[in-house]
Amino acid sequence: MESGIRVFLLIVCGAAVSACSMWPFHRKQVEEPLPAETSSTDGTTPAVVEPEVVRRKVKTPRIKNSNFEIGPYVGTYSAEDFGVNPVYGMRLAYHINEDFFAEALVGRTNTGLTSYERLSGAANLLTPSQRTLTYYNLAFGYNLFPGEVYIGRGRAFNSAFYVTGGVGSTHFAGDDRFTLAMGAGYRLLLNDRLAAHIDVRDQLFDIDLLGSNQTSHNLETGLGVTVFF
Amino acid sequence: MRTVLKLATFFTLAASAGLAHSADAPRQFDRDAGRYVEVSVADPYLELHTGPGRGYPVFRVIPRGEKIEILFRRTDWFKIRDEHDREGWANRRNMQETLLATGGKLPLEDLSRRDFDKEPFELGAMTGNFGGGNVNTLYLGYSLNENLAAELAVSQTLGHADNGETFLLGLTHAPRPDWRLAPFVELGTGVIHILPKATIITPPDRTEQLAYYGLGAKWYLSRRFILRADYRSYIIFTKADQNEARNEWKAGFAFFF
Repeated sequence: MESGIRVFLLIVCGAAVSACSMWPFHRKQVEEPLPAETSSTDGTTPAVVEPEVVRRKVKTPRIKNSNFEIGPYVGTYSAEDFGVNPVYGMRLAYHINEDFFAEALVGRTNTGLTSYERLSGAANLLTPSQRTLTYYNLAFGYNLFPGEVYIGRGRAFNSAFYVTGGVGSTHFAGDDRFTLAMGAGYRLLLNDRLAAHIDVRDQLFDIDLLGSNQTSHNLETGLGVTVFF
Repeated sequence: MRTVLKLATFFTLAASAGLAHSADAPRQFDRDAGRYVEVSVADPYLELHTGPGRGYPVFRVIPRGEKIEILFRRTDWFKIRDEHDREGWANRRNMQETLLATGGKLPLEDLSRRDFDKEPFELGAMTGNFGGGNVNTLYLGYSLNENLAAELAVSQTLGHADNGETFLLGLTHAPRPDWRLAPFVELGTGVIHILPKATIITPPDRTEQLAYYGLGAKWYLSRRFILRADYRSYIIFTKADQNEARNEWKAGFAFFF
């Protein structure tokens, strides 16, 4: 422990020294070229007489960005051996460019009884609290087929078919389990702000509850609404 | 016959009233004046797409000199409205050549390199291996300058013998941030909360301090988008006699804003 504290203090010192030494140096670098720039933009020839006109300060306009997407979804979660049950979740996405987006999902479902528990009538494998399944995914998405859909004669909506892949964790049966999630979905933009989603995902994690350690495939479907902001 | 005449008069009147209404109605463009950024087209023309993507068809072109309102921006596309109240999406490349009322160009960020002053934040997700188990990490970085960034990270480690949660605060130093594949070194500290897994006797949970050093690289792949990988060596300062050492490698993606 003694050496631990020493190593820690050394790291803090090192970090602080490097932070202090670099910051002001950089700020000076940025500020230096500014005066030269303002005098040279007035004309191609060097200014002999300094004009006495006070430059009007122009405020740079702010254009509203709308790259984030947030919203709830409901669907079904088929936990392997534990039945198909309703799932509720929240989605947060950030659109990096027109092709790629990053997505974070949090969802929860209550799983049912395994067929073994139902048929044998033996003691339950899990307590009610252990049956609650909560997961999160951090995923990366690609808009594979962007397009438009035409409903009726005069209406067109933007849409995209996308694929996602990510990692996360599933809390189920008293343990956190590393999860791989692969999915595909369809996004329909109802207007500039509102989008409807249909998703299918396979959540893969290892579970050793029923004797041997096996990778379980848990298929999830969802219907969601998101708001862009 | 009279009813037919009456109906015909009614419809004619209604239609003319409707026409008159549409001619007199103030344009949405005028009603929203001042609410949005207004620019005028300086290129020979500005193309309007039906959606925010390169594949969406061009359905209208706006000639040079016409004014447009910028409603909002999504990724590299701008939703705009023209003087005839028609709305569509214009690409950033096209928008770069529009002029503000002051005569200056619309200030847009330089895409060829990251502007660390204007876009100091970086958010990323990574996954990999921590001491034999899996690890998922979410981090938020803040650039103090081009070279140096502070990072706050939350990790979940999922191993065979134990699970854990770590909260880390670190510094990364990139000697050449202008390179497309930019290497960096890193140093940091934090706490780890370890939850041992055992079937018979489970040892109690413990919270320990830890520190790390490591190296990695960021690959500026495309607009705002980074692939990142790093390798770290951790020391966990345990309350027992001996400290624990763990190695970690992970890879993931990040974006800056």
